[in-house]
Amino acid sequence: MEITLNNRTEFLDLDNLTVNELLKVKNFTFKMLVIKINGRLIKKDQYNDAHIKDGDNVMVMHLISGG
Amino acid sequence: MMTYKEIREKLQNKKVGIAGVGGLGSNCAVSLVRVGVRRLVLADFDIVDESNLNRQFYFYDQIGMKKVKALADNLYRINPYLELTIFDKKLTPVELLANYSDCDVMIEAFDDSREKQMLIETMQDKFPNMPLIVGSGMAGWGESNDIKITKYDNIYICGDSISEVSEELPPLGPRVGIVANMQANQAIELLLGKMNEYGDNFK
Repeated sequence: MEITLNNRTEFLDLDNLTVNELLKVKNFTFKMLVIKINGRLIKKDQYNDAHIKDGDNVMVMHLISGG
Repeated sequence: MMTYKEIREKLQNKKVGIAGVGGLGSNCAVSLVRVGVRRLVLADFDIVDESNLNRQFYFYDQIGMKKVKALADNLYRINPYLELTIFDKKLTPVELLANYSDCDVMIEAFDDSREKQMLIETMQDKFPNMPLIVGSGMAGWGESNDIKITKYDNIYICGDSISEVSEELPPLGPRVGIVANMQANQAIELLLGKMNEYGDNFK
């Protein structure tokens, strides 16, 4: 399937995957994330239930300490 | 394009929220006030420590003061006609929603990444249309060109996205100041509109 991930087109072999599966596939290792699918906020406790489908616009932001 | 007078007029009734007034928040507030932002909401629970003076907009004789009080004093010295709302407390989701709901734009200026995540989730959940300008990645020195803004809908993340603060990589004035001013500059752009949209003379 084809999705938009952080404003770039991505092709994935799978047809449907959870947020946690996407993070594993894409090797996102940062701990503090904010995730949106099609503009909708996905909170941490939903990463195992929220599914990503063909055509979805996914944004994965990571936050690191300092300020 | 706009004259400075027009810029000040356009900014004077806008309200900017700043959560945390350490290295990012104190410098960002100063920058915004100098341009003409008059209404600010500021919150922090911390007091000024000598170790803060390497990057935060405080002075030696303010050590021991509440940061929000010290910053208000410093901002009033730049413009005595400000309308500041200050909270000397730790910001929880409840406090964020209660005190920042009517801001035109919000600046995330916390230190801890968990707090940054909490702020974004809390505000996006209840006020999805409020632009958020976040700092992420500014420890160390040099590498100015790695500091940038990445836009995710109405969330703007400023920093190099890599350099995390640690014992061996402390936060220092120049890079923290660049990110703080980048946040201020983004806020101004959201409040005024893009400068190139005001005429062709700029191109």
